[in-house]
Amino acid sequence: MLSFVARRIAAALGTLLLASVLVFLAVQALPGDVATQVLGKDATPDAVAALRGQLGLDRPAWERYIDWAGGALHGDFGTSLVSGKAVGGEVASYLGNSALIALVTVLFAVTGSIVLGVLAGLYRDRWPDHLISTASLVGMSVPEFVVATVLVLCFSVALPWFPAVVLYGPEASVGQLLPAVWLPALSLAIVMAAYIVRMARTSVIDVMASDYVTTARLKGLSTWRVVTRHALPSALLPTLHVIALNVAWLVGGVAVVENVFNYPGVGKLLLSSVQNRDLPVIQAVALVSAVVYVTCNLAADLGAMALNPKLRTRGRTR
Amino acid sequence: MTTLDTAPVAAPAAAPARAVRVWRTLRSSRAAVIGLSVVAVHVLIALLAPLLTTYDPIANSADEALLGPSRQHWAGTDQYGRDVLARVLYGGRYALGVSVTATLLTVALGTVIGCAAALRGGRFDDVLGRILDAVLSVPAILTLLVVVTALGTGPSVIVLAIAVVYVPQVVRVVRGAALAVVPQDYVTAARARGEGTWAILRREILPNITDVVCVEFAMRASWVVLLISSLSFLGFGADPPTPDWGLMVAENRTAITVVPMASLAPIIALATLVVGLNLAADGLSKAWGVDRIREGS
Repeated sequence: MLSFVARRIAAALGTLLLASVLVFLAVQALPGDVATQVLGKDATPDAVAALRGQLGLDRPAWERYIDWAGGALHGDFGTSLVSGKAVGGEVASYLGNSALIALVTVLFAVTGSIVLGVLAGLYRDRWPDHLISTASLVGMSVPEFVVATVLVLCFSVALPWFPAVVLYGPEASVGQLLPAVWLPALSLAIVMAAYIVRMARTSVIDVMASDYVTTARLKGLSTWRVVTRHALPSALLPTLHVIALNVAWLVGGVAVVENVFNYPGVGKLLLSSVQNRDLPVIQAVALVSAVVYVTCNLAADLGAMALNPKLRTRGRTR
Repeated sequence: MTTLDTAPVAAPAAAPARAVRVWRTLRSSRAAVIGLSVVAVHVLIALLAPLLTTYDPIANSADEALLGPSRQHWAGTDQYGRDVLARVLYGGRYALGVSVTATLLTVALGTVIGCAAALRGGRFDDVLGRILDAVLSVPAILTLLVVVTALGTGPSVIVLAIAVVYVPQVVRVVRGAALAVVPQDYVTAARARGEGTWAILRREILPNITDVVCVEFAMRASWVVLLISSLSFLGFGADPPTPDWGLMVAENRTAITVVPMASLAPIIALATLVVGLNLAADGLSKAWGVDRIREGS
């Protein structure tokens, strides 16, 4: 079992390494010379060449990759081409703001969707199930920016409870951002919950039809006990993986929603850095997202293993 | 995508049997029927758009800006005085055109690669799995943005970008389905006969995973529509003044209190199309029993 854990972690590190290479290559493929970009179109060729040398752009790609990856390991992602500040610190402050949204989103989405999903599964094919399933289908079918727009219309325009846009920069304190967190988080949570609800429903239905649940029922246990003690633990196992995948999806979803609300998070940073061709920032954001994704998947796999005795001995098979 | 509907040459009875099967599926699944009809209506509207409205979707008309719904403009006009209904109707052309092309390309590539991975196995499968994991770990929106900034906007670039983002996911699903087929005796027999990978893939494996691929297509199409509209909303997709639903929401959002219909109409169009696709995917996967294979992806 220990060797399985070790192998799984090694695989995750391998994925990350590969992802960092892909990110580096992809960003190098962006058109437009950085030096020209920084100095403007009227720069003399000498000045451009000098800046290229200063930025190390005249060296071969693999050398620059090793430099960049080595620095990234120590938290040094270079300096932003636009703001001139260290990318590491800049990304970290935006990331912190996004983490606030992500935390609230996951809290809303996971609790809400598990309750709804289990309800739908238990009342299969009766009205609570139809209601919940239809709602989750609609939730799946509208893009985040639509949910966000509708929420703004309801809770900032019609009922002025929450701000429609954030007026603070990335250095805003948690207290300043807190009132603005709810609407973005709710929009993300609605979309995210739609997927988890469906997964939770299917697995509850599966488990409730299994032999050991029938046995527990035949033993004369109350429905409540059968559900909470026998059915739920194994029903939530597959849901765990979907939740992990969805947390990883958040990194992308956040980009859209943060732009609707002008929230100073990593998604907004990503978009503006792509617009400005701020390569070091794009690379850093991409790498950080990859780390989040890989960690979530690893955590889900290890968590599933810890909870499921079968997986512990057999190893993961697809 | 011609490979998908190859009927086995040696079995002339297959065509009527397939029709019967399709008919049975449709009768047994109300969700699939509703979903497919909604999508069909969208396709019809997109095709017949010029007949359904007399307005030009991109013609500005300054003195008719920001009108509410009326007899002349059923869904009102936007800030440039363009008829919202006309833009929504024509918007289906862009949404369906780009997303169907993108989904076709994605599913075709993903199916071929996924089947090949399942069939070849070994080192090829391992290396491919690692690379796909790495691609999946970069957020889709970032990959899209990088491809679009690198190659410029335009429908063909977006199709390519979508393929880059979604092929890995399709490969995973198809590979999983194909893995169940590969150990079958008839595949072993085909191998023993000395048939090539491509022939086995086309004649033995593909016909047995057609249902998974179809469901994947419907499912993926709904994601692609959403992603394309998000991209347009962010300003990286369709260029103005293209009538695109995501772009329309972005343009009219600022005036949402003045002319709510201008934002609502494209939202409704977008949502119904995606609900239709999702219903079709759900219904078909339940009717064919492929939801077990797809779960969790």
